[in-house]
Formats: sequence, structure tokens, C-alpha cells
Amino acid sequence: MVDTVTSEEQTANVNKGLDPIVKYENVHKSFGDVDVLKGINLDILPGEKVAVIGPSGSGKTTIIRMLMTLEEPTSGHIIVDGKNLWEMEKNGELVPANEKHLRQVRGDIGMVFQHFNLFPHMTILENCMTAPTHVKKMSKKEAKEQSIQMLEKVGLGDKLDNYPNQLSGGQKQRVAMARALVMRPKVMLFDEVTSALDPELVGEVLEVIRDIANEGEMAMVLVTHEMEFAIDVADRVLFLDEGVIAEEGPPSEVIQNPKNERLQTFLHRFLG
Amino acid sequence: MNWNNDLFFQALPFISKGIWITLSLTIVCYVFALIFGFVWTFLKRIPNKAINWVVTWTMEFIRSTPPLVQLYFIFYAWPEVPYVGMTLSPFTSAVIGLGIHFSTYISEVYRSGIESVDKGQWEASTALNFTTKQKWTKIILPQAIRPTIPMLGNYLIILFKEVPLAATIGVVGILHLAGDFGSQHFRNIEAYTVVALLFLLMSYPSALLVNKLEKKMNMKFDKKATNGSKTLNDSEGAVS
Amino acid sequence: MTLERVISINALIEIFPTLFQGVKITILVLLGSIVVGYFLAFIAGFCLLSNNIILRTLTRFYVEIFRGTSLIVQLFWLYYALPMLFNIDLGSNYLAGVLAISLNYGAYMSEVVRGSIVAVAQGQREAATALNMSRFQRMRLVIFPQAVRMMLPEFGNYLIQMVKATSLVSLIGMKDILYYGDRFRFSEISMTPIVLFLALVFYFIIALPLIFLTRKMEDISKKGVAS
Repeated sequence: MVDTVTSEEQTANVNKGLDPIVKYENVHKSFGDVDVLKGINLDILPGEKVAVIGPSGSGKTTIIRMLMTLEEPTSGHIIVDGKNLWEMEKNGELVPANEKHLRQVRGDIGMVFQHFNLFPHMTILENCMTAPTHVKKMSKKEAKEQSIQMLEKVGLGDKLDNYPNQLSGGQKQRVAMARALVMRPKVMLFDEVTSALDPELVGEVLEVIRDIANEGEMAMVLVTHEMEFAIDVADRVLFLDEGVIAEEGPPSEVIQNPKNERLQTFLHRFLG
Repeated sequence: MNWNNDLFFQALPFISKGIWITLSLTIVCYVFALIFGFVWTFLKRIPNKAINWVVTWTMEFIRSTPPLVQLYFIFYAWPEVPYVGMTLSPFTSAVIGLGIHFSTYISEVYRSGIESVDKGQWEASTALNFTTKQKWTKIILPQAIRPTIPMLGNYLIILFKEVPLAATIGVVGILHLAGDFGSQHFRNIEAYTVVALLFLLMSYPSALLVNKLEKKMNMKFDKKATNGSKTLNDSEGAVS
Repeated sequence: MTLERVISINALIEIFPTLFQGVKITILVLLGSIVVGYFLAFIAGFCLLSNNIILRTLTRFYVEIFRGTSLIVQLFWLYYALPMLFNIDLGSNYLAGVLAISLNYGAYMSEVVRGSIVAVAQGQREAATALNMSRFQRMRLVIFPQAVRMMLPEFGNYLIQMVKATSLVSLIGMKDILYYGDRFRFSEISMTPIVLFLALVFYFIIALPLIFLTRKMEDISKKGVAS
């Protein structure tokens, strides 16, 4: 759908009526005295694949955790599909969002975690089925069909009745992706999904992400340390440093031809 | 040695009649404590500092004062309390007294169970957009309950050993009957030995069972220990 | 029987000194039980780890009997049955009370001693052996200091349990807090709520420093133990 989006093309798209699915407006986040994010402005277009890179502690993960409502911004706005995520209107005034409002808005978002966070008391199939049946009120039959379809897509169609602790790390992460995909989010967040894996298992997980990316319709935000993979999959790369987006653009520019000095040092460590 | 075999075998059936009362008091107290423990756990999760402080110290007060005095309070003093007081039977008093005392421990078990569930489970269920109620019923509680089962088993055994305290307010369980038998025959050796044996016979096998259960659970969940500071999870510690 | 009567100042002035007479006995029983109880815990704990099978079995027997029966049953047995059985008179109800409480908690705590030493020894034995320490040196220099830290939180919990257990000595005729609290029941029944509540408060005040001590012990034990 959208292959490479330069900043000019982006503006063009918006003008054409393609509104961003997610919009960060001057978002700040501090933990106690530590300012982790110092003013993030970011538009993510429908179907766009965005890779977020940067040194540890730069706030990469915090950006997507705020979008998943796991962390509340200290100030600023996050708009999802035209709706304000963390605030709602009440009697004509903007007030902090309640759980009901959060649930309404975050229905468009899905997330895959670094440590998988599969439900250990459920089989693989139940892990995938539980949210569609209880959250989306899908019929059991339909939820089961779709779950099986997704699990087959990630190559685990033969593990339906296994429990998470019977799987390898790579398999667990593929289940986690199937579980998130069944909910058909418009935006999918990937939080360093390969960093908890043994090196030989990273490939199979990246392969699945690549397949999902190629299907195109879902926007994806990938927080990652896999530079080559980012070059391959992302339309746009953000380099986050000291709480701000220090450089952004297509991978060909940001990763292969970096201007920012700290980005050069950072990349040097990864690409050698 | 001043021991009378005949008297021992006379005491055995006489005192054994009390087993039924002792056991049923144990079970009723336990159920009461399990339910009331939920109430404490719920109250403690209210995000209000003042309420939290009051609940925490109320629990601390109940937990660190003697259950025997609490029993006396409920049985002897409660009827004298103006306006709300009422006379309660010994059995009911024991259920309320021991039940509330143990519920403060049970509540700690619940807390440790809930805390043993990984933070990522909450996050994943938020990411899948579950409602708060669904998070609890489908994801958190099913995982939180299992590791608490051995600890809850331990508390059942501890409670069983505390139940004879109820004899002091007139619940006619085995200890009370032993007292009766002793005063009828003007000697206590055989009667109290019977009581000790009955307790040993019932609680030792149960302790072995709980140990076995614990090992089985540990194999299933090799997770971080749910070692709460205020729980007596290692070996069944007495509470009297 | 009005509210004013129940919590009148006069009543408090009457009750307070009466209850206070019992504090001395309660604390004496507590101190005795703590000293003898911890002593027994260490002796029995080490015996449970002994290579001598007879010593080990006998200690195991003691531990299981006292953990398997109720403290109140043990107390009655020691006070009423034992003197008759062997014609040994323990001499006083103080001795019977302290002995019952310390034998009971000594049994529970011996398991804490044993468990902590085993837990530390598993990880540290090899390192200590590599430094060519003798068995005794290993225990004294490496294992025991760490094991004691590990025991602290549980020991603290048992301290509070022992405070509560002291109330049982009123049942064998000792004049502790509960004894004086219970006495009003026969003279002025309308005062029992405030008297027994005050008795609870007295016990709580005795337990309070131990509660804070236990929290402190938990902090100490978190530091300085190899995991």
C-alpha cells in the first residue's frame, strides 16, 4: 500500500484525505524526577510501518506503552483515529479519560510484548480465542476458526492444544502475534519482540512480522534493535535520543546515511 | 508411673464424641475466614490512603492480639455492648472470633497470590482490551488461586489446632469433654493424653498431605516465591 | 447500661491499674518463653541436621509431636497430667506455662533453623570447600552468619505469636492481663466490653515494638544473603 513515505509524500497523503491513524501532540512523560520523553510529535498513517530505534533508556518503549494505555502521558495529547485517547469530553470540558473511554479508543490498538505475556493457564488456542469471544463478543465458533487461521499463518497450526510452557521462546512469540492479530487492530505495536529470544530463534519471529507487514493494511510500530530488519520492513525510521525524536526519515536516509552524530555512533555499534 | 489403662480406654470413646463438634467448628470457621479474607483483600485495594491506613492497622491489631481474648470479648463482652450487643451461642462466638482472627492471615495469602501473577499478564489483558471484571475473572484469579492452595491448606491445619480454645467459652469439643472426664474421675492424665493423641492422629497426616500438595504445586509453578512477610507459609506455625 | 456508664472516666481509672497488674506476669512469661524457645530452636535445629540417626530421629519425634498438637492441649497436659503421671511436680504454673510455650514454638522454629541452614549450605558449601575450610569453619564463618539473617523474619513472626500465646497461662491460674481482664466479668458485668477491649490494647502495645522489629528484621534479611 504505502511503500516508502518521505516527509513530502506524507504531507501529500494527508492532503489527499488520508488522515493519520495515530497522532502524538507534544507528548511528555516523566517518571518521578526523570523526564523520559520531552515533547514527542508524531503522525502515523494507516498502514504505515514505523521503526523506532535508539539507545536503551531513550524512551522508545514508553512511546508505544502510552499508546497502549499502559503508561499515562504527563502532558500532551495522543489522538487515535480522530479520538483523544487520554481525555474525554464531559459537559463540554476535557477531563481525564475513564476506563470506559480508554476501552473504546484502544480497541484499534494491539501489542506484542518483549516477554510474550501469554496466559499460562490457557492452551495456545484458548490464548487466541479468549479476547475475541469476551471482548468482541464473537461467537465461539467464529473465534475458533479465526484463531486457528491465525495460528496456521504463524506456523503453529499443530500446537493448538499445547500450553505455553511447552513451547520454545520463538513459538511463544508467534502465538503472541497470532493472539494480537485475531483482534484485527488498525495499529500493532511491537515492543522489542526479539530481545528475549535466543539468537537462533530470532529469525522465525522476524519472518512472521515480515509477512504481516507485506499484507500492508495494518499500521505497525516496531521498537527494535534489529537494524537490518528495520531497513527491510520500515517505511520510516525514528531515532530517539534523550527524550526527543533526533532524526527521522526513510531507512535509506536514517540508517544508511545518518546525519546526527550520536546516531552515527549508535549505529556503529550495531552495524559495525 | 501412674497410668491407668482402663481409664484410658474409657476416656477414648467418651472424648471421641467431641470430634464431630471440633471438626465442624473447624470447617465453619474456615469458610468464614475464607470469605472474610476476601473482604479484607478488597478493602485493602481501595486506592485511598486514609482507608488503607485504617484497614491495615485494624488487621494488624486483630492479628497481633490473642485469639483467646478475642473469644472472651465476643462471648462475654459483646452482649453487654450498648445498642448493638447481643448474646451469641458459644459455637457462633467461636466461629466469629476465630474466623475473623484467621481471615487476616487468609487475606495475606490472597494478596501474595495476586502479587505472584506477573505484571505482564495485566498488560497483556489491557492490550487485548478486556474489561476490569474480565481481567480478574479470566486472567488474574485463575492464576492467583492455584499457588495459594498449599498455604490455605496449611491454615486449615493451624486453625484445627486453635479450635480447642473454644472449650474455654463452653464449646463442647474434645478438649472440653476431656476436662469433663477428668473432673468426673479426679484425674487428668488419660483424658488429656487422649486429646493429644486425637490431634496428632488428625493433624499429622493432613500436614503430610499439604506438604505433598506443596511440592506438586511448586513443580507446576516454578515461579517467584509467594513469600509474604505476614504469612506463616513455611511449616504450619501456630497462631495462638 | 448506658454508653456513659461503660466508658466513664471513673471506670477507666478503676480498670487501668487493675489490668496493669497483669502486665508483669505476661511479660515475665513472654521473656521466659523467648529465651527457652530460641534456645530449643537452635539445639533442635542442629540436631535435625546431625549425622547421628538416633539424635535426629528423637528430635524429629519431638518436633512432630509438638507441631501436631495444640498448644492449649500441651499446656494442660504439662500442667495437669505430667505431674500426676511421673510424680514430677513442675513446681509452679510459671514453669509449666513457659515450658509449654517454648517447647511448642521451639519445635516450629527448629524447622526454620534447619531450613535456613540447608538453604544457605546448598549454595555456599562448594565455595567454602574451595577455600579449604573445615566443616566447623564452614558452618561458623560462612553458612551460619547467612542462615541467621535468613531466619530473622520468621523469628520475628514467631515473637508476635508468642505474645498471643502467653494469654493461655491465665487458664492455669496465672494472674496475667487476661486474668485481671476476666475478673470484672464476675463483679461488674457491664464493664466487660471496655475491660476486655483494653486488655486487647495492652497485648497490642506489647506486640507493637515486635511488629516494628519484625519489619526491621525483614529489611536486614534482604541484605547480605547470597541468593
